[in-house]
Amino acid sequence: MSEALLDIRHLKKYFPVKSGLFSRTVGHVKAVDDISFAIRPGETFGLVGESGSGKSTVGRTAIRLMDKTAGDVHFQGIDLYELSEQKLRRLRPRMQLIFQDPYSSLNPRVRIGDAIGEALLDHELASPAEVREQVQDVLASCGLSSYHMDRFPHEFSGGQRQRIGIARALILNPDLIIADEPVSALDVSIQAQIINLFSHLQETRGLTYLFISHDLSVVEHLCSTIGVMYLGSMVEKASRDELFLHPLHPYTKALLSAVPVPIPKLKRERIVLKGDIPSPANPPSGCKFHTRCPFAEKRCREEIPVFRDAGNDHWVACHLV
Amino acid sequence: MPSIQAELTGVPAAKQRAVRSSLWRQSMRKLIRNKLAIAGLVVVISMFLICFIGPLFSPYTDSKVNMSMMNRSPNIHHWLGTDKLGRDVLTRVMQAGRISLTVGIASMFLSVFIGTLLGAIAGYYRGIVDQIIMRIADLLLTIPSLPLLFIFGALLSEWKVPSDYRMYIVMLILSFVGWPSLARMIRGQLLSLREREFMQATVVLGLRDRRKLVNHLLPNLVPLLIVIATLNIGGAILSESVLSFFGLGVMPPTPTWGNMIDTANNMIDFQERPWLWVPPGFSIFITVIAINIFGDGLRDVLDPKQRK
Repeated sequence: MSEALLDIRHLKKYFPVKSGLFSRTVGHVKAVDDISFAIRPGETFGLVGESGSGKSTVGRTAIRLMDKTAGDVHFQGIDLYELSEQKLRRLRPRMQLIFQDPYSSLNPRVRIGDAIGEALLDHELASPAEVREQVQDVLASCGLSSYHMDRFPHEFSGGQRQRIGIARALILNPDLIIADEPVSALDVSIQAQIINLFSHLQETRGLTYLFISHDLSVVEHLCSTIGVMYLGSMVEKASRDELFLHPLHPYTKALLSAVPVPIPKLKRERIVLKGDIPSPANPPSGCKFHTRCPFAEKRCREEIPVFRDAGNDHWVACHLV
Repeated sequence: MPSIQAELTGVPAAKQRAVRSSLWRQSMRKLIRNKLAIAGLVVVISMFLICFIGPLFSPYTDSKVNMSMMNRSPNIHHWLGTDKLGRDVLTRVMQAGRISLTVGIASMFLSVFIGTLLGAIAGYYRGIVDQIIMRIADLLLTIPSLPLLFIFGALLSEWKVPSDYRMYIVMLILSFVGWPSLARMIRGQLLSLREREFMQATVVLGLRDRRKLVNHLLPNLVPLLIVIATLNIGGAILSESVLSFFGLGVMPPTPTWGNMIDTANNMIDFQERPWLWVPPGFSIFITVIAINIFGDGLRDVLDPKQRK
């Protein structure tokens, strides 16, 4: 634990479902249901899963942007949920979040020079005179020019805006960056640029990433360790090579078989999952995946599988492995 | 507001103004293309010029009584005739305009100030503060404003407030009645703004509350504020006229458009001497319409989501 930069243990986040005249709580959406993992410094941890699997909620509760329901989050050994508002605010520069949507995450009425530099002023990390220089530096390292400082967000393209979002996080020189599907709103050619920017920044600054994505090819390119989420739980976790070469969980196998391969003649076994992801307000009994699993047995419907090490630090939650 | 723009760029203020927000420039260009709105603006400005400069060129004053010239119809010396005390109606209409427009604008500023302050506090801090402020606002909103205005007006007469002060007190009353709906709008806007992702970003960056409010929330409120303020002037002018018409607002001999129309209460004046009440009535009508048209134009440009 001492070596982990971010240590998440048994994290749960339930959203109450309210209905009726007096907004009675009639149930809970279990967006994150008992998730544990740790990220070591310099590592890139990929979190994958389909829409609604709770990836973004993990990202947001991991930096206390929203409150947790249960569990612990330790950042550099500090329990984030024990901190006072003031102390938490002072710790914020150490952990930054890059948002999915580059359009709504920039204030339309704030010049980007201000948007990037203001946090330095509020945290007294630089004098007003130094801020300008630092903003120029960080803009340059994100592939933007210093004359962009006086412009407003609407004067930029989506890819440029995402670079601004990255620059805004980078200028604080954080230890951890949580990237919440940072490329999913961008078109493919821009995606490549941004991903290369991420890996370049990791090489030059030794950053640690929690990279949230539903795109396996992006994750394969960037991440050293990958966790697969399904319906609020983690079903498999392993190093990149281990996961891509020897996927153990049927869900992971299905996901990997859906990744397009640029070899048209290659015949592959394609696992097609039936139906949609079940509602997290009313998850299936036993293994949450049993409703869509091609190999499901009686035991899967009744017993919740334990998340265990199957050797080689390859963790999986499945009865059949 | 400590603009970090200045701190950041170190460019002289004059040059900064040159690269002034292109959002604003775009809006202004769109506004100029809206002919109706510009016509409204021209009418409002001319009304101001006429009322504030006009009396300087008049040979008469608003209170000079001339017993030999009572109730004359419009003629070459008195373009809009004279009233029952022989005072020049044109001069009085212009003088009244000064008061009515001043009351309208001053009470708008006051109610926008109170409304924004309370609405912003309620929307930003939420919780118990929000509850208290909004319940008071609800209370004021549930009472129809006209009876409320009448009660205040009647109190003014009861307490024998000197007529010089009445104008200022009328401003206070109008803004007291006007702020709740404003506070509601500002609060609503703030509540929706604070859920936006860029406000979440300010939390992640760990910005101070003051910077969140002043640099991030307020700039997004300004367009709405401008629109509300403009439309509010028209409403305030109307309310003042109503009060004065019923003899509860600004009292004669100080003329306002409202208390000048009061002459229409007299059957003979109403039927035989339209020059006494048509000019002030027309002034109210044209001013309020022009302000509202201009305000609508502004809204279309600055706050397109509000368009009906």
